[in-house]
Amino acid sequence: MAEAQNIPAGSTTAGSIAVAAESTVATRMSAPPSFDVADFPVPHGREEEWRFTPLERLRGLHDGTAVADGGGVKVAIEAPAGVTVETVGRDDARLGKAGTPVDRVAAQAYSSFEQASVVTVAKEAVLTEPIRIAVHGEGGAAYGHQVIELGAFAEAVVVIDHTGDAVLAANVDYVLGDGAKLTVVSVQDWDEQAVHVGQHNALVGRDASFKSIIVTFGGDLVRLHPRIAYAGPGGEAELFGLYFTDKGQHQEHRLLVDHNTPHCKSNVAYKGALQGDGAHAVWIGDVLIQAAAEGTDTYEMNRNLVLTDGARVDSVPNLEIETGEIVGAGHASATGRFDDEQLFYLQSRGIPAEEARRLVVRGFFAELVQQIGLPDVEARLLDKIETELKASV
Amino acid sequence: MATLEIRDLHVTVEADNATKEILKGVDLTVKQGETHAIMGPNGSGKSTLAYSLAGHPKYTITSGTVTLDGENVLDMTVDERARAGLFLAMQYPVEIPGVSVSNFLRTSATAVRGEAPKLRTWVKEVKETMAGLQMDPSFAERNVNEGFSGGEKKRHEILQLELLKPKIAILDETDSGLDVDALRVVSEGVNRVRETGEVGTLLITHYTRILRYIKPDFVHVFANGRIAESGGAELADKLENEGYEAYVKGGASA
Repeated sequence: MAEAQNIPAGSTTAGSIAVAAESTVATRMSAPPSFDVADFPVPHGREEEWRFTPLERLRGLHDGTAVADGGGVKVAIEAPAGVTVETVGRDDARLGKAGTPVDRVAAQAYSSFEQASVVTVAKEAVLTEPIRIAVHGEGGAAYGHQVIELGAFAEAVVVIDHTGDAVLAANVDYVLGDGAKLTVVSVQDWDEQAVHVGQHNALVGRDASFKSIIVTFGGDLVRLHPRIAYAGPGGEAELFGLYFTDKGQHQEHRLLVDHNTPHCKSNVAYKGALQGDGAHAVWIGDVLIQAAAEGTDTYEMNRNLVLTDGARVDSVPNLEIETGEIVGAGHASATGRFDDEQLFYLQSRGIPAEEARRLVVRGFFAELVQQIGLPDVEARLLDKIETELKASV
Repeated sequence: MATLEIRDLHVTVEADNATKEILKGVDLTVKQGETHAIMGPNGSGKSTLAYSLAGHPKYTITSGTVTLDGENVLDMTVDERARAGLFLAMQYPVEIPGVSVSNFLRTSATAVRGEAPKLRTWVKEVKETMAGLQMDPSFAERNVNEGFSGGEKKRHEILQLELLKPKIAILDETDSGLDVDALRVVSEGVNRVRETGEVGTLLITHYTRILRYIKPDFVHVFANGRIAESGGAELADKLENEGYEAYVKGGASA
């Protein structure tokens, strides 16, 4: 039932892949989940959850030395009618319901923010316009927390845009009521110095559908941790991700789908392209099917396309199955290389080198982009991919 | 009339930290409308000639000239050569994941023709050409060469030949690995292009079998990095009966 594929296409690829046959999703973390930063030791870099991350580039988010200076980020929320937007203090009961921080930086964020945003969509409200959240970095350090909560049978699209320069640790909670439908697009379009670390927890209600589209282009270091758990049977989660890692950038996506409830579905598909010296993409896909989660149907996939020498990919899918009474479970990971032979073939058909590269990258991403289902987001992504390709290699 | 002129071509390749000369002075003139078969034993340098003409970066031209209608081909990038009218049907075309055949063909035709083909006539053109090569229409939606059988790869190469209408077509072992039916279908595709009289064909092959379907005007025996003997179609019959032995020995002692 479980299927693992490893196809490092092209023997010269700089990417490396390891598949753990047996996952230890919970036990391999260096400390149990906690809202309090004091419960986590300062990481030294050899811990399982930190081993791919260059700690020195976290600018102090991991060791308590990054102090919020009040000028870190500006958050602007534009919401259509039927949506309540509140700024609340730390003691608001609605915070932290979707999940508990699992690493030191997420706990630091939770321990350090002063105010949180709570966006609530009333039950049965069906929004025709997206909720737009603009997070703009103003150059300083910041900690934040956001809650997006949908009442039963509500439907909403949320677009979160991250731009500017910041050192930011911020978590997001998505709480979906029964039968609710939430699509979230989170775009990391940071300036090149920015550092962004966040844990995104989604708690998917009974028969609810959650769709997440994570798009990471910018930043010096981006490390996101989308996590899914189900509050009742019949829930569905689709997690799509797209990243374009350039020279010197570290972009890390660590996912966990916790099938803790029977008859839920999950589908994870992340694709990344890399170009330039020191470009480093990390993808960790953990799927846990607990003994109680009979009837689970899950699949996760990560594909990487290495466009130049000097880029590195670490892709680690993990699937842990505690019951055989499931519909399906599988994962796949592959890192391929756009090599000289492919370039030669396309050029030998009259296609100039730059266009050949564009053709391949667009083709690589197209299938994923089409699954987003939001035409304006799709068009923007394709534009952005073009811009990335035109950037110097 | 388009003419490809190869004069005293010397080509080296880097292998095992050493520079090895593969082509040792090739002279050949191919004119539009003519079909030249280049035959020779394995390792004689036939494919090196094909890939050197197309501009593969692995090969270094150390001396000699190649011109197409007087233009210096060796100064052109790989894509410029294709747009100038050179086409290489490859023996082992590579997979291009994520790029569909239809997208690839249209991008290529746009580049070679200098403008995007009109959509309606283009779709019809591709469909008819595919039908001629007994290719299923669903083929167009597959990724380039991905999971193609040997025969499908060769049909796909000849499909491009028919659509791109080059001045000079180099077919590198297009017959290898094909069963008789596929060989016939592929040969018919090549013959459709030849019958226009507008292409000069350089047919590189190890076997005489394909020459029953594609009749050459000239046959050249390639051995030890150069053309060892040239003649008419009758030379192929001699090779069929006697093999390459004479040339291999001659080449080794030369």
